[in-house]
Amino acid sequence: MEAAVAVPAWRANLATIGALMARAKNELVRVPGAAIPGVLAPTIFFLGLNGVFGALTQLNGFSTGSYESFIVPISMLQGAGFTGAAAGVNLARDIEQGWLDRLLVSPAPRWVLLSGTVLAASARSLIPATFVLAIALALGAGWPGVDGFLITYFMVASMAAVAACWGSFLALRFKSQSAAPLMQAGMMALILTTTAYAPLALLAGWLQKIARVNPVTQVVEAARQGFVGSVTWAETWPGLVALAGLLAVLGSLALREMRRTAL
Amino acid sequence: MSALATNARVVRALGMRSVRQTFRRPQLIAPIIIFPTLLLAIQTGGASGAVELPGFPPVQSFLQFMLAGAMMQSLMLAGNSGGIALAVDIEMGFTDRLFSAPIPRFAIVLGRLAGTAALGLFASLWFLAIGLIFGAEIESGVAGALMAIFLVTAAALAVGGVGAAIALRTGSASVVQGLFPLVLVVLFLSSAFFPQELMIEPAKTIAQYNPLSFIVEGIRGPMISGFDASETLDALLAILGIVVLGLFLSDRALRHRLRVG
Repeated sequence: MEAAVAVPAWRANLATIGALMARAKNELVRVPGAAIPGVLAPTIFFLGLNGVFGALTQLNGFSTGSYESFIVPISMLQGAGFTGAAAGVNLARDIEQGWLDRLLVSPAPRWVLLSGTVLAASARSLIPATFVLAIALALGAGWPGVDGFLITYFMVASMAAVAACWGSFLALRFKSQSAAPLMQAGMMALILTTTAYAPLALLAGWLQKIARVNPVTQVVEAARQGFVGSVTWAETWPGLVALAGLLAVLGSLALREMRRTAL
Repeated sequence: MSALATNARVVRALGMRSVRQTFRRPQLIAPIIIFPTLLLAIQTGGASGAVELPGFPPVQSFLQFMLAGAMMQSLMLAGNSGGIALAVDIEMGFTDRLFSAPIPRFAIVLGRLAGTAALGLFASLWFLAIGLIFGAEIESGVAGALMAIFLVTAAALAVGGVGAAIALRTGSASVVQGLFPLVLVVLFLSSAFFPQELMIEPAKTIAQYNPLSFIVEGIRGPMISGFDASETLDALLAILGIVVLGLFLSDRALRHRLRVG
């Protein structure tokens, strides 16, 4: 009888993450309509905010005369937030339907199960981001340059990972899709209490104070820099640090809940 | 007991059920209260400098201007949530049980709409309270506040009629839920969040003819300046138009549902 060849743990873990990501991709391919709300919502926000608040660039303090350019990174990040929150809702559905229980009895470590959800959300967030960017460019937003483009996409994918950690944490905590509004509202608040609508100096006093301490402000500024000016390391590294911090905190919380989840 | 009193009891019971259902389910109350409140706070704080733009109507603060928009958003989402809840009732067979009961069919729809109107009333009180707490004044005083409450409640009833018609026609909660983005589109293409004159084309032109603009101006006018009879009349006519549309669509959808089962 032939002896079974032991698969190294790292390879098994990668294969599991790949399988979970493929499952998320299959959901998208088999039910294309499921992706529509995630794409539509940020697009509507982009078109709506641009149509409504476009005149704001007439105020002193804007570094660009194009509100499309100013607002498009926000809509892309919002798309990432919605996608990440949707990953949390899907996880809650998996919990309600017993699918997660089956995963938990597998030999896959908990962090691998969480990584599959989070990385799938990251990859998926590029769809609404690309859609919104295409529309913004068609409407006259400035091209951010290759470096600005890459930084924006990196920020979007990472923000989706942050949102997926948040959504997963809540899904594992409440074990119900009823927590969906909390997942979405939390991300919406985190992304919009920044310099989303106007530069820091033009925000109302209370919002200015929140935006200063909200780490996502750094992410917004890093993602926006190419659209409203030139790309610099000084504008980029605070965004990277903020993302690393958010991922560490929310990832730890989600992992702790995943480890606590008993069969 | 007279038939009228019996029907009123049915409408009241179904309306109360609708309100309780909304407050018990976070996914129903969140779009009506939490999201509009969050957006009101963020937009007020983020775009507060807008009041300095040339052509912006004289207002005490951007919050004072935005209150009507937040109420409008809330009532639109209340109509959508009412439609979703009705569709869930259809999916779960609850509506079929009501159809087989000795009560008029219109009372079933009216009960749901009474619940939506109650949520509209709650939303108007909620946003008025928020406005007053954070320093927004109602220029026309108590009369202006009462007018806002009346228009928001009536508009919620009107919009709820359209939501109910779609729920009755499709019988699918996910289809009605799918209209959520459309609600946002219609809102953005009105003067709910910004003065129409300062909006960018094509939103500006569309907002000029959007019935929601007439309603929101009717709510906003007494808050930021004073009563204007023509503004109020336009708002009432817009609400009436939506009521007639909702009644027509609901009637057709109900007939269709009873025919196909």
